Amino acid sequence: MHVLLGVGGSDLSYQALDETIERAREAGDEVTVAVFDGHETDAGGDEVQERVRERLDETGFEAEIRRLSGDPGSRLVDVAESEGFDRIVLGSGERSTLGKIQLGSIAEFVLLNAQTPVTLIR
Amino acid sequence: MTRRYPDEPAGTFPAPPRQVTDREGRSIQLRCADGTDRTALIEMYKQFDPADRAQGIPPARETAIERWLENILDTDRHNVVASHEGDLVGHATLVPDDDDGYELAIFVLSAYQGAGIGTELVETLLGHGQSEGIEQVWLTVERWNDPAIALYRKVGFETSNSERFEQEMAIRLA
Repeated sequence: MHVLLGVGGSDLSYQALDETIERAREAGDEVTVAVFDGHETDAGGDEVQERVRERLDETGFEAEIRRLSGDPGSRLVDVAESEGFDRIVLGSGERSTLGKIQLGSIAEFVLLNAQTPVTLIR
Repeated sequence: MTRRYPDEPAGTFPAPPRQVTDREGRSIQLRCADGTDRTALIEMYKQFDPADRAQGIPPARETAIERWLENILDTDRHNVVASHEGDLVGHATLVPDDDDGYELAIFVLSAYQGAGIGTELVETLLGHGQSEGIEQVWLTVERWNDPAIALYRKVGFETSNSERFEQEMAIRLA
C-alpha cells in the first residue's frame, strides 16, 4: 500500500509520523510524507521538513519527503487522487481547555473530500 | 486566536443556589460545586449514556473520567451541579482559556433530559459567572446537535463561527 502522510508541524502530526512508520514497517507500506507549513503552528515548512528528516534518519525508515504549497487540505486530496495513493494519514484532534476534541480545518476538509480511505491519528 | 463575542451584554442571570421544578414536576436543586463533589460527579459520569457524549467528553473509562474531572474541578474553574433527591443529575462548568474567556459545557443524565434542566443549569452557571466577574463565555457544539444549539440560543448565545464540524457560540455577560 502507498500511504500519503500529511505533516504540518503540530504535536499530533509528529505522532502520526511515528505511528505511520511503525505501521508501514509491519505492513511493508510505502510512505510519502507531505510537508506543509504555516497552518497549525508557528513552525515554517523548512523546520517541519527538517524534523521529519531527523525522525526518518533516527528510525532508519526510508520515505520520500515532499513539500506541498497552497491549501494543504485540497492539495493532499489532489495529490492522493492524481498519483494513485491508497490512503491518506493525518494527525488532528486537539483538545480545548475543557477537554473537547476539535478537528482542524485541514483534517475536516480531507475527511469530507478524499476519494481514498483516511486514517485520522488523534 | 481571537474569539468574537457579541457587542451587547446579555441580561442578568439567576445565581445559585436555586431550587426549580422541571417539566416533569421534579424538584431540582442547583448549587455551586467544588472538589468535595468529586466522588459524586464520578458516580454521575459513570452512568452517562455513551450516546450523549460529545466531542470526546465526558470520557468513557473511570480513570479517564477522574483525570478529566481533576482539570474541571481545579482552582479558577466554576461549577454548578443539579441534583434530584440527593443524587447529581446534571453538571455545568466554566473553564478559563488563555485569553480572558471561559469555555462552557453542560451535561445532563439522559433520564433528566428534555425537562428544562439544561437551560436552568446554563442560566444558573452564567449567573454564578456574572457574580464572579466573568465577562466572556464561549462553547462549541456539534453542528447537527439542534436541541443543544436551540438551548444555547434561547439563553442568549450567538453563533460566532459556523464553518467547522463544531459550531462555536459566544455570549457577553457584562
